[in-house]
Amino acid sequence: MSQPGYSEKVMDHFMNPRNVGVIEDPDGYGKVGNPTCGDVMEMFIRVKDDRIEDIKFRTFGCGAAIATSSMTTEMALGKTVEEGMKITRQDVAGELGGLPPNKMHCSNLAADALHMAIEDYRNKAAGQKG
Amino acid sequence: MKRIYMDHAATTPLAPEVLEAMIPYFSKRYGNPSSLHSFGREAREAVDDARTEVAALLNAEPSEIYFTSGGTESDNLAIKGIARKNKKKGRHIITSSIEHPAVLEVCKALTREGFEVTYLPVTSEGLVEIGAVEEAVREDTILISVMHANNEIGTIQPLEEIGRLAGEKEIYFHTDGVQTAGKIPVDVNSLGLDAFSLSGHKLYGPKGAGALYIRKGVRIESIQQGGGHERGLRSGTENVPGIVGLGKAARIAEENMAEESERVRSLRDRIKEFVLNEIEDSWLNGHPVKRLPSNLNFGFKYIEGESLLLYLDAKGVAASTGSACSSKKLAASHVLSAIGLSPVESHGSLRMTLGMANTEEDADYACRAIFDSVKRLREMSAMRPE
Repeated sequence: MSQPGYSEKVMDHFMNPRNVGVIEDPDGYGKVGNPTCGDVMEMFIRVKDDRIEDIKFRTFGCGAAIATSSMTTEMALGKTVEEGMKITRQDVAGELGGLPPNKMHCSNLAADALHMAIEDYRNKAAGQKG
Repeated sequence: MKRIYMDHAATTPLAPEVLEAMIPYFSKRYGNPSSLHSFGREAREAVDDARTEVAALLNAEPSEIYFTSGGTESDNLAIKGIARKNKKKGRHIITSSIEHPAVLEVCKALTREGFEVTYLPVTSEGLVEIGAVEEAVREDTILISVMHANNEIGTIQPLEEIGRLAGEKEIYFHTDGVQTAGKIPVDVNSLGLDAFSLSGHKLYGPKGAGALYIRKGVRIESIQQGGGHERGLRSGTENVPGIVGLGKAARIAEENMAEESERVRSLRDRIKEFVLNEIEDSWLNGHPVKRLPSNLNFGFKYIEGESLLLYLDAKGVAASTGSACSSKKLAASHVLSAIGLSPVESHGSLRMTLGMANTEEDADYACRAIFDSVKRLREMSAMRPE
């Protein structure tokens, strides 16, 4: 019944994705991917005292793309931005119980979107201080 | 949970009467058709009866039907067998760019044997134009292979026109009829065909059984060597239960075709109207009229096909997609590319192929499932109207 190669946890995050949506005026925003390749992800973060207090995503893509986005938001929520930057695609894929080999690039994108949102937050914060 | 199968272009369930017809040939009537004793004779008779049924479905002679293991083998045998046997006459083959891999990959393999292949383009509705065939024909063209109806978008090709041209130019004409045999009328004579491939499991028959029609007098050689079964063209002990099942399925298909194709067509149109009217930014891939009665191929903006397929699957509706994300090679469907869809457009494709078991209630349930799934996936999509 599930896609060959998708673990139960992937299917759960895909069918019941966590933290879907947008944050108005986010502290950080990242968008990665390319519609031609089939995956576009955007992440929004709200940061308080350097901690990711809220996180939302929107994803255009396959089951793995949606599941990794959802998983990444769950892993990042409550972490410091420093810790968030250290979340790797391997971490995301591992947390999901693995991904089919030809879908590994999806987890890459989700981690990238998170890192980009954190970079955006850091740039904004640096701008305010300056 | 309710489960609705709408992927009949992939495979069909075995008709109960077909199963019933097959069973004795696994157990009691297990003879080898090549044997001279009574066990062999009853198996031989069953194979001959099935040959007659398959021939009748195509308006062919029984002696022009060769049993194979399925559509892929039939395509291999027809194309390689004709090309190799006629290579002294020429080494040029014409096919279309939207063929099934069982044709495309065979043509590709033949180029390594010194053959040249022209891949005809198709219109945005998936039609091969006769003008393009005419232009492609060369002095050394020995074979044209154009499918009857496309497995993804359902477009039905103008075989009669191509057949006439092939006849005039004395070029052999093969068609992959895996999607049409038993679904729409096939008359190998009026279509001007020299070879026609079909598969049992696409017409409520068993997997592992297929047939190839070869017009009497066509120069063809076998592609596997052995005991010389099937009049020397296809060695290997006959798959008797499979062949019996194929014969039975062919007979049922012929009897029910007119009524069943109308029934399926009305279900298809019901889903088509709903989706195109109720779901924004959706469209139909393929030809509006020259189309298999069972085929739907939608495009949806802002969502990806594998996601949609799995959301539908969770609601019990089985369909398929031409999205790159669902393919092993992560490449968009060559058919959707050939009709001019961009990679983004082909990502959101959904194929639904209806069949015998589907009811009006199923169609309505599927419509609702598509509507809800598209809506949900669009809500979480990073792509949206500008």
